[in-house]
Amino acid sequence: MVAVSVDQRVDSDHQLARLLQIGVVLEEVVEARAYRHYQSLAEEDRDLEADVEALLEEAATESARHRERLEELVDELDAESIPFESVETLVEARYGRTKPEDFDGVLYDQLCNEETAYKFYDDLIDAIEASDAAFSLERDRVLEVLTEIRDEEAEGVEEVTRIMEARE
Amino acid sequence: MNTANQYLKAIYLVQRMDDGPAATGRVADSLDVSPASANEMIGKLEERGLAEHEKYKGVSLTEEGITRAENALQTYCILERFLANVLGVEEFRDEAQQLEPVIDETVAERLDTIIDRADECPDCFDAEADACCYLAGTCESGAD
Repeated sequence: MVAVSVDQRVDSDHQLARLLQIGVVLEEVVEARAYRHYQSLAEEDRDLEADVEALLEEAATESARHRERLEELVDELDAESIPFESVETLVEARYGRTKPEDFDGVLYDQLCNEETAYKFYDDLIDAIEASDAAFSLERDRVLEVLTEIRDEEAEGVEEVTRIMEARE
Repeated sequence: MNTANQYLKAIYLVQRMDDGPAATGRVADSLDVSPASANEMIGKLEERGLAEHEKYKGVSLTEEGITRAENALQTYCILERFLANVLGVEEFRDEAQQLEPVIDETVAERLDTIIDRADECPDCFDAEADACCYLAGTCESGAD
């Protein structure tokens, strides 16, 4: 077995770029789920579920925005590119395997999406702050972008929770 | 993945490779930490009922420790698969090890929705090859 590091920190441009790329894919996964859920709602009980529909539409838009912001950061780092087009195809192809069955399932899934994204950015911020490595990107800028995205995910968690509670 | 889970995974794999209790030194080596650090964390795992340490023999995981170690190993497998199959990273082992401490289980679960894993995961993990045997090409039967 190869030796590993147990330190939760980011030590190089390459590692930072890879984590940001994972963030991009995560947003892609979340975006596709929200979009698909949104579409399935639109086909069925559109009027009854107006609040859920608005929530998912906003979630998909927000994920796309987050993805673009992360991609901008990755572009400025010295990192090899990854095949995002095939990732998009893959996400699209695999979505159906894990589709929730009802509206409560959709909401719960969306809550997991937002919580997962929040956790990802929160851990990433901690790991960057724990490192004294010099990146080719200004550290403060990376942290500023990630903190803004994380805070929007936190708002997303609150919004989904609010709708779920209102439905109980 | 938090530090405790990384230790549980390391102990689990050393136990599997050595077919018995894991020597503290082996656990420390596999995590690239000092034996003193390993001893300290193993003590904490014992306090939490996740491991049992027997002098001169080594450390063994309890049932609960094994369950948590298997979950941690599954997260690691997802990360390796994701890097290798989705992002096309050749050095997926090294990168998975680097990224492991920063990637939470819940994040891995979302990444898992776009990868293929065998139902027997993480039993198909080949500790010697530091990868799922399907990825490493070391499975005794069947292929990816």
